[in-house]
Amino acid sequence: MKSSSSAHDGKALSWQVREGVIELALHREPCNELGSLSLEELEMFADGFDSLQHGAHALIIYSDMKAGFCAGADLRELYRRSQAMDKTEALKSVRDFLERIHRVLNLIDAAPLTTIAAVHGVTFGGGFELALACDLIIADKMARFCFPELRLGLIPGFGGIPRLKRDLGNAVVRDLLLTGRSFNATKAQQIGLVSQVVGEAEALRAARATAAQLGKFDLETAAAAKSFIKPIPHEELRQEIDIFCELFSRPAVAAGLKKFVESTEAQPYLP
Amino acid sequence: MKASPMATADQTLDEILNLASAHFKVPREKLNPDEDFFKALGIDSLQTLELLTRLENHFHVELPDYELQGVTDFRTLAEKIQARL
Repeated sequence: MKSSSSAHDGKALSWQVREGVIELALHREPCNELGSLSLEELEMFADGFDSLQHGAHALIIYSDMKAGFCAGADLRELYRRSQAMDKTEALKSVRDFLERIHRVLNLIDAAPLTTIAAVHGVTFGGGFELALACDLIIADKMARFCFPELRLGLIPGFGGIPRLKRDLGNAVVRDLLLTGRSFNATKAQQIGLVSQVVGEAEALRAARATAAQLGKFDLETAAAAKSFIKPIPHEELRQEIDIFCELFSRPAVAAGLKKFVESTEAQPYLP
Repeated sequence: MKASPMATADQTLDEILNLASAHFKVPREKLNPDEDFFKALGIDSLQTLELLTRLENHFHVELPDYELQGVTDFRTLAEKIQARL
């Protein structure tokens, strides 16, 4: 792992500043599952975010993995860790993880510069939540979004519901959340979630072109506009952590996690 | 290769087989409409999602994945798509 004030090349993610744009690349096999390793590196990114932003006008988050942007929380690690602890310890560990990832995502959400998620392929669960923390989502036409958490007896825990509710109508949120169905980039654009749908493997190029356009504007004005129209739903984010932890302590969740981890089915994200 | 707006069930099935053959590099003649497409194409869960997205994009339909649960052969898949054209 190589790291300096303006660049980092880690096991789960890397970042560099390129023409005034911070580019954060996710590259953990198989599809950027968010576990303790990714979180540690995301926290490193968050800790250096202030100094990285000097001279930068945009942040692009993208994935180097072929399968997609991010498949969400590392459920295998979550299952292993919760099996190795007693209930109270497991719950404390989950709450701690959620608090830490919320800190990172809140920081990205509230960043004065403009943030773009350039997504392709699987953008599920926590991956979808990471994209939702950004100001713009630019999607490759093969991108697929989903909140599959209900299959585990949980709700999204990385800020998904409050942020989705901030951006979309409540009826759409209920559909996506309660059915747990996945949907493609075209649908995501139709419901107002995605700003641009581009050809296969074109999301990063389109995000860079968009970031170049953003660089033409006064940074303070852009930051003021963003802060005016994109409030952080702090209270609901807190509630989400509490509800997640309350649900997590039920036996149905351990059973759901076990089923997922042991599944050999072609659609394991479905109940 | 564009989906026909007035495709018959047979045409839909044929387009699915052609699309699957082209994208998953399996010779068209080796794909049987009634066989298990997971096995025929040798695809895993992430590739299954890719197939679903390719079919939606090709036919300009929305296919809720829970409707496809338990669907394993090309012919039934074609019927599900045909019902949404």
